[in-house]
Amino acid sequence: MSTMLRHHGLAISEPMAFGLSSAISFAYLPIVRINGLPLVAYRMPPKWIIKGLQKPLALKMRFETFRRPEDGVRRLDQLLADGQVVGLQTSVYWLPYLPEDLRFHFNAHNILAFGKADDGSYRISDPVAEMTVTCPPDALQRARFAKGVLAPKGLIYYPLGRPQEPAWEKVVPKAIVKTARIMLDSPLPIIGVRGIRRLAAAIERLETGTDAQHSKLFIGQVVRMQEEIGTGGGGFRFIYASFLQEAADRLARPVLNELADTLIDIGDEWREFALATARMIRDRDPLDPPRLADKLRTIAHREQTFFRDLRRAA
Amino acid sequence: MRDQDVPQEGNRTLGGHRKAVYARGDDGRLHMVASAGWEVEEIVTSQAVADLERLAADALQRFRAGLTAPLEVHMHRARMDIPLLAQATGLWQWRVRRHLRPEIFQRLSPALLQRYAEALGLSVVQLKDVA
Repeated sequence: MSTMLRHHGLAISEPMAFGLSSAISFAYLPIVRINGLPLVAYRMPPKWIIKGLQKPLALKMRFETFRRPEDGVRRLDQLLADGQVVGLQTSVYWLPYLPEDLRFHFNAHNILAFGKADDGSYRISDPVAEMTVTCPPDALQRARFAKGVLAPKGLIYYPLGRPQEPAWEKVVPKAIVKTARIMLDSPLPIIGVRGIRRLAAAIERLETGTDAQHSKLFIGQVVRMQEEIGTGGGGFRFIYASFLQEAADRLARPVLNELADTLIDIGDEWREFALATARMIRDRDPLDPPRLADKLRTIAHREQTFFRDLRRAA
Repeated sequence: MRDQDVPQEGNRTLGGHRKAVYARGDDGRLHMVASAGWEVEEIVTSQAVADLERLAADALQRFRAGLTAPLEVHMHRARMDIPLLAQATGLWQWRVRRHLRPEIFQRLSPALLQRYAEALGLSVVQLKDVA
């Protein structure tokens, strides 16, 4: 997203885009199943991030989905020919340039297309790949029109007009308050700090007897969602901390720096949780779901305190 | 996480890619650092891959014993399950489940076979047998 804004003349860092759109969160969705295991999200979906940026940056984004793949391909080609940089929602499974082992049927992977190469393949900027890559048209079409949970339906998005330099001292506190509200005051027990506790309870109930294999897949999935996909959940805590540091400078509020330090510690706790889980999966430690649940509760408690302090500071 | 704590032990599942992570430098500021991968990620990813491979191997064995259609093997090889294959083809789940029975799969119409082949990214010839 920040790449797209920079293309349109607004220098904004990735953490700043992340923070301004109040994208950090937690959601445990036991009903949405991916390969039979529940979805755990550590941030808001990309569409939320993009929509959240519209207001502070006085930017209008256009979203288009397509019923027929041919229409979607034609529209994308047209926009690229006009020199637009276009965001795409895709399924990782059908993207040939990604390593085999990362290609699961996961539909909410967002990439940028910024042109076509001479052989007709698309030039792509993908957050997973270090450099820009190319993708043949038929593969990209499959990836954009994959079916299943969170099906992209060929979603493309691009800005209309140019983004404005925002009034930082206004938009930053507003975004922070909104973030705290999502994490602390959600009416649903599966969102925010309550979601972490709910997940802890679900892990606590896991079997260690005959069904240990399933239990391991469950906790493995939690960690995979946390660390592997994109920048990872612990990673999102670090990105948000980076946003707080940037905000501290821009608004000359050193207290945000201290809060960033706390959040970095919390991110490290998420990493410890991942490490403890991985050791149990590999049988280096005995499988002990209550221990993991306790760890999660500690994190939930720390995040609760943290977001309360943050709200007060904003 | 500080700069020197950024995992660099390598991760087979990244296939040589590196990924950007945020870490704290000596000045206390967060910045991006390239990571060669973390063992924890490798463990959870290969766990998930191994589980999918187990399903595919299991289906292959049952196919060889004549207990299931090649469709099930292809489904698992494409890392799909029945709900996903049903959505990808636009069929009801119970129909997909029924089509996994070898005697029923034998009698599928060319149109249905084509639909499955497309959803799985295969040709009809590939779909009918297991290579």
